[in-house]
Amino acid sequence: MSKFPVRSAIRDAMAEEMRSNPNVFLIGEEVGEYEGAYKVSQGLISEFGNQRIVDTPITEAGFTGLAVGASMGGLRPIVEFMTWNFAFQAIDQIINSAAKTYYMSGGLVNIPIVFRGPNGSALQVAAQHSHDLSALFTNIPGLKVVAPYDSADAKGLLKSAIRDPNPVIFLENELLYNEVFEVPEIDYSIPIGSANIKKSGSDITITSFSRGVHAALKAAELLEKENISAEVIDLRTLRPLDTNTIIKSVKKTNRLVSVEEGWMSSGIGAEIISEVTSKAFDYLDAPPERIAALNVPLPYASNLEKLCIPDQDNIFKLCRRLF
Amino acid sequence: MLKDKDYSNIIDELGGGRLLAKNLSKFTNIVLNEKTVYSWKQQGIPDRWKPSIIKLLLKAGGTIPQGFIPPGMSVNNFQDNSSLNTELLEKYDNFNENDISNKTLESFYEKMLYLRRFEERVGQLYGLGLIGGFCHLYIGQEAVSVGMEAAINKDDNVITGYRCHAHLLSRGASPYKLLCELMGKGDGISKGKGGSMHMFDPKNNFWGGHGIVGAQVPIGTGLAFASKYLNKPSLSLTYFGDGAANQGQVYESYNMASLWKLPIIFCIENNQYGMGTSIKRASAGTDLSKHGESFGIPGFAVNGMNPISVYLAAQKAVKWVREGNGPIILEMKTYRYRGHSMSDPAKYRTREEVQKMREEQDPIEFMKKKLVDKKIYSSKKLQSIDDKIRSEISNLAEKAINSNPSNEDDLYTDVLCEDYDE
Ligand SMILES: Cc1ncc(C[n+]2csc(CCOP(=O)(O)OP(=O)(O)O)c2C)c(N)n1
Ligand SMILES: [Mg+2]
Repeated sequence: MSKFPVRSAIRDAMAEEMRSNPNVFLIGEEVGEYEGAYKVSQGLISEFGNQRIVDTPITEAGFTGLAVGASMGGLRPIVEFMTWNFAFQAIDQIINSAAKTYYMSGGLVNIPIVFRGPNGSALQVAAQHSHDLSALFTNIPGLKVVAPYDSADAKGLLKSAIRDPNPVIFLENELLYNEVFEVPEIDYSIPIGSANIKKSGSDITITSFSRGVHAALKAAELLEKENISAEVIDLRTLRPLDTNTIIKSVKKTNRLVSVEEGWMSSGIGAEIISEVTSKAFDYLDAPPERIAALNVPLPYASNLEKLCIPDQDNIFKLCRRLF
Repeated sequence: MLKDKDYSNIIDELGGGRLLAKNLSKFTNIVLNEKTVYSWKQQGIPDRWKPSIIKLLLKAGGTIPQGFIPPGMSVNNFQDNSSLNTELLEKYDNFNENDISNKTLESFYEKMLYLRRFEERVGQLYGLGLIGGFCHLYIGQEAVSVGMEAAINKDDNVITGYRCHAHLLSRGASPYKLLCELMGKGDGISKGKGGSMHMFDPKNNFWGGHGIVGAQVPIGTGLAFASKYLNKPSLSLTYFGDGAANQGQVYESYNMASLWKLPIIFCIENNQYGMGTSIKRASAGTDLSKHGESFGIPGFAVNGMNPISVYLAAQKAVKWVREGNGPIILEMKTYRYRGHSMSDPAKYRTREEVQKMREEQDPIEFMKKKLVDKKIYSSKKLQSIDDKIRSEISNLAEKAINSNPSNEDDLYTDVLCEDYDE
């Protein structure tokens, strides 16, 4: 094992896949000469050249559609959105073209493509630059949705995403890019669709994904001090959701709290709780709960912004209430 | 029926087979040889070439024989609206530097300087950690905002992207409220909820402050639509960058604006870079003022480092739009001195390039020299104006720093117009 920030884990996954498959290429704004607005593609242009690291104009709808076409034409595009907020410009190509073509063609035309970039809130960049699109994409049949937390998962899951024959939404988080975690030195990948138990426990199950895992783990430490043993599940993939792992855990702990940084209504928590109440109803000792961003567009002012995103204390308090 | 003679005449009018072959090839990108074209004198001009030939005839002022225009069409189908509009536009070229009053020249200097000192202060406050998030400064581009504003009315609508502080100030927004907004204060123009990129001032007909590149362009087109719908004389001044000019919705807006003859000035602030990408690496056609041609929208490029050039161009554009001719494109050739936002490694351009612009083309230095040369102001007076502006901004900044942070009670206000029952 060696330690890498999430940023370079993502870069390495792309570089390794590009080395092994000449049809994999990266396209997006500032990915080449600028080496990525968040420096995720650092060094790639010098290794792969501008044929395979393609700088685009600011035309999200255009280059996303183009990438879908390139995928039909036999290539394996990795589309970087500078941030996911800008993918709203391209949402039609993602949903109507990428996600639905395989079905509409009766299985004749599949679209292997990865859409990736930082998702959710950063620091004080206000509503138009802080949108968490996780729940939105999990609503769409034809897409796979991945949202890793640490470096090892980011690398292993991105490799699977690039090899996947379907469109995969790969949600990163700007605030995690600098975080350093261990990464196996062997050649490995992590299958899409499997959650990971980050910390096992016996009294309550906390599910989360992406940066929410960090807060969940911290809350688990606080709970430990009160003699509550929390099991923390990193969902890693949001669609298809690994309900087996969640249900197995709830059957053991009998309590559930879902944590997400997106909004609550029709969110990931709603989905998880609905699955759990229908499949493990008799095992629940307390009503399942969810915690999410407050129901407002994210404000700019730092004091207001801090109130909006769930932190370890919010999670801790909510969990404790269930006993 | 057309006769051989008619075909012969057409070909001769267009300079003979050789020239026509050359011009048609240029026109259509299909290479034609002159023998083929000569042979049309006897064999007749094939239908597929007729539209191009009609266009060439119209351009040359030649006669189009009866029966040559395909059935169901008229000459109008072949008129090149763009060149027509461009010619028409020449009639609007009657604004002159000599007509600009000394008072206006003075105001150019003061207003540009105010924008410069304001943004410099914002940069400092950012450096001190009092401003967060993304913050894009306008330093270098002042002539555009000041020159354009001088030519429009308070009733006109203005909209832009995230590089918006200067345009707000030009509209008359409160600098104190802007500083508060930038620092996330309750007194901020958006109560601290919008920040640097998202500020609105409807009282001054300023409609944002938009974080999504290009999104303001159709919105600005909608403001023009509303003016026309409501029979208001106001026009829409819609700013966007050279990078934004590549967004598809810009062209969709051009089309609608021209189709419905909407009162809008598309003002492209071409500062030559969209983040780290130079215009040459982003646009296949770098003549941004010409991008409206296929929609029949005239446009021209302007020295955006010179407030007088901007003002003269703006007056012409305003007149064009007010007289009901529909949209126009102004491409302001300008330059930003600072990084794209506060975090910008700036490896995409050389220090010398920036230095050269600052030294040779700075709009404020230009106005200073102009005022002194024309003996309107002494250098002492120029300095005292600068001092006054600096101290005014300092005081406002101090007051803003000491004001209260955003009110937590405001977290749930303004989500819906009615009470928001979370
Ligand atoms: C739809 C969208 N894509 C990407 C971005 C990120 N971004 C912000 S500003 C910018 C460059 C825009 O350049 P330009 O239009 O030339 O304006 P300038 O910054 O030079 O004023 C980019 C790519 C964004 N905000 N919105
Ligand atoms: Mg630009």
